[in-house]
Amino acid sequence: MPDAQALLALYRTMVLIRTVESSLIRLFADSEVPGFIHLSIGQEAIAAGVMSALDERDSIATTHRGHGHVIARGIDLDRFFCEVMGKAGGICGGRGGSMHVADMDLGILGANGIVGAGIPIALGSALGHAVRRTGGVAVAFFGDGAMAEGVLHETMNLAALWRMPLLLVCENNGWSEFSATRGQFAGRLDGLAAAFGITHRSIDGNDVEAVAEAAAGAVAQLRAGDGPVVLECRTHRVRGHYEGDPQKYRSQEELDAGERDDPLARCVLRLRELGIAQAAIDAAAADASEAVTAAIERGRGDAQPRFADALVDVYTGGSAARQPAGAGS
Amino acid sequence: MAEMRYSQALNQALRDSMQQDPSVILLGEDIGAAGGSFKISRGLLEEFGAERVRDTPISEATIASLAVGAAMTGCRPVLEIMFMDFTTLAMDALVNQAAKARFMFGGRCSVPMVLRTPHGGGLSAGPQHSQCLEAWLAHVPGLKVVCPSEPGDAYALLRAAIADPDPVVFVEHKALYGRKGEVDTGVAVPIGKARIARPGRDATIVTYGATVHPSLEAAATLAAEGVEVEVVDLRTLQPWDEEAVFASVARTHRAVVVHEAVRAFGAGAEIAARIGEDAFDELDAPVVRVGAPFMPVPFAKSLEREYMVEAAKIVAAVRRTLA
Repeated sequence: MPDAQALLALYRTMVLIRTVESSLIRLFADSEVPGFIHLSIGQEAIAAGVMSALDERDSIATTHRGHGHVIARGIDLDRFFCEVMGKAGGICGGRGGSMHVADMDLGILGANGIVGAGIPIALGSALGHAVRRTGGVAVAFFGDGAMAEGVLHETMNLAALWRMPLLLVCENNGWSEFSATRGQFAGRLDGLAAAFGITHRSIDGNDVEAVAEAAAGAVAQLRAGDGPVVLECRTHRVRGHYEGDPQKYRSQEELDAGERDDPLARCVLRLRELGIAQAAIDAAAADASEAVTAAIERGRGDAQPRFADALVDVYTGGSAARQPAGAGS
Repeated sequence: MAEMRYSQALNQALRDSMQQDPSVILLGEDIGAAGGSFKISRGLLEEFGAERVRDTPISEATIASLAVGAAMTGCRPVLEIMFMDFTTLAMDALVNQAAKARFMFGGRCSVPMVLRTPHGGGLSAGPQHSQCLEAWLAHVPGLKVVCPSEPGDAYALLRAAIADPDPVVFVEHKALYGRKGEVDTGVAVPIGKARIARPGRDATIVTYGATVHPSLEAAATLAAEGVEVEVVDLRTLQPWDEEAVFASVARTHRAVVVHEAVRAFGAGAEIAARIGEDAFDELDAPVVRVGAPFMPVPFAKSLEREYMVEAAKIVAAVRRTLA
């Protein structure tokens, strides 16, 4: 169990994620954030808990619903907002947007627009750690929708064969985009893991202490060379598949249950039990709010990306990025 | 300088790259103990060990993405996909991941991976083991596509591909593996540079890979009639050497583009279109393309023979430009 101060740190991460994503609802509605966004509201405990077990050697590959993971990993908030707002100062220069946030310096190998695609990339990163003896582990975040993707099954096989330092974190919210996963996947993740002889742990993904503890145990197992591990985190997707999804396919009862099981509210109760003052809890929220407000303002003030700058990054050094005469000009 | 088979040149390039750079690792189906389906990695498991020469399961989608992730984590993976037809299973890794990472992540990432794969027919391998799909990959911004015709270029370009910071699809022709040629391991060939395989003044043949050889046969046939054809071996398809092609067309004023792949929507369509757009004033005749008919590669020898590009078809195409 994390001590009170460690739990407060987890809460600070969760409240920052929540504050960022709550602000994105408004920015998206006001068209300040273009494209599609997929919010992880209600799933913050998984991002905060898992990331608390990692260090600077490690790498993560995440999903279209990946804001929480990159924020918990410590992405520069100004550059995050610039990116999702499509500005020049974005972490990806405004080329990727919400679905492709990445920062190689932090071992963030990218959010991904293709369901399940980050899983074998994380496997490759785990191989890189093993071959180069970095001591690092790789984490693949995926939703339960990706359980039906073949690359998950192939990755489990390979990770088990090669005993890769790979942590497979399933955020199981019961939904595969607009369809209930129980109608999409005949198996179970524990059964799949068992088929490959992989350690599987199923935990309450809305209990940040439980996630942090399970992740720490899993990472210790991986660092000892006894990987891979599957961590299945049961959670709720509070918002739609994408922001603006009317979610007509879900019952009010189910939506209410998700709201009631709020990981932040649960963490606050626990913090109070552990003797953390309400003022410290409020300060965490206030700090998050201040940081997010400042980051949004920087995003608003930032320039639009220049087309010529984008063009040179198709290839390293821009050397092969020469364009045929007349193309794009 | 030594005489080597094309397959030996590739093997030597892998060995030399692995010796020079400890971050180079090999991945693929049956590449270790078995030495690869076409024996390109023969002996490398013994020499470099199972840590760096990794036999993978038959999971093309995952092993291709595995290469992407390893490349993002400091390795230089060289992945063998046993037949180019199987790259269909690895398309997400190539098209959505490897090709886009640098651009999509703001230029702060590179994916120095090589995907080696044999294409091509002529061996009665049938419709799913014979295709030339390189135009698909050359169509994707962010990928480089290399396709050498001679052992010397195979060696030098594989070294260049492994050293390249960007993802390179390295296409080998199965029928060339046994071909012998001089290999000078001290000669570097940059990606994107064509070579003049035969100089000439009357017409230009632009080609790459295995069809360089029937193109040279065609040039010899025509030379006997007093027609001097220049054969440009592109060596790299993406980025292709526009300068060399336009310079040759400026000398000969006639162009034929030849490849084994299906003619419709093939690489030749792009090259012919670009000659038309940018070198139109140099042309004395329409650009002619030679490629496979719009059908899958057939199995039976008699059918496949008719399907394949051979010198007589190229001779006929050159004659059309001269008419």
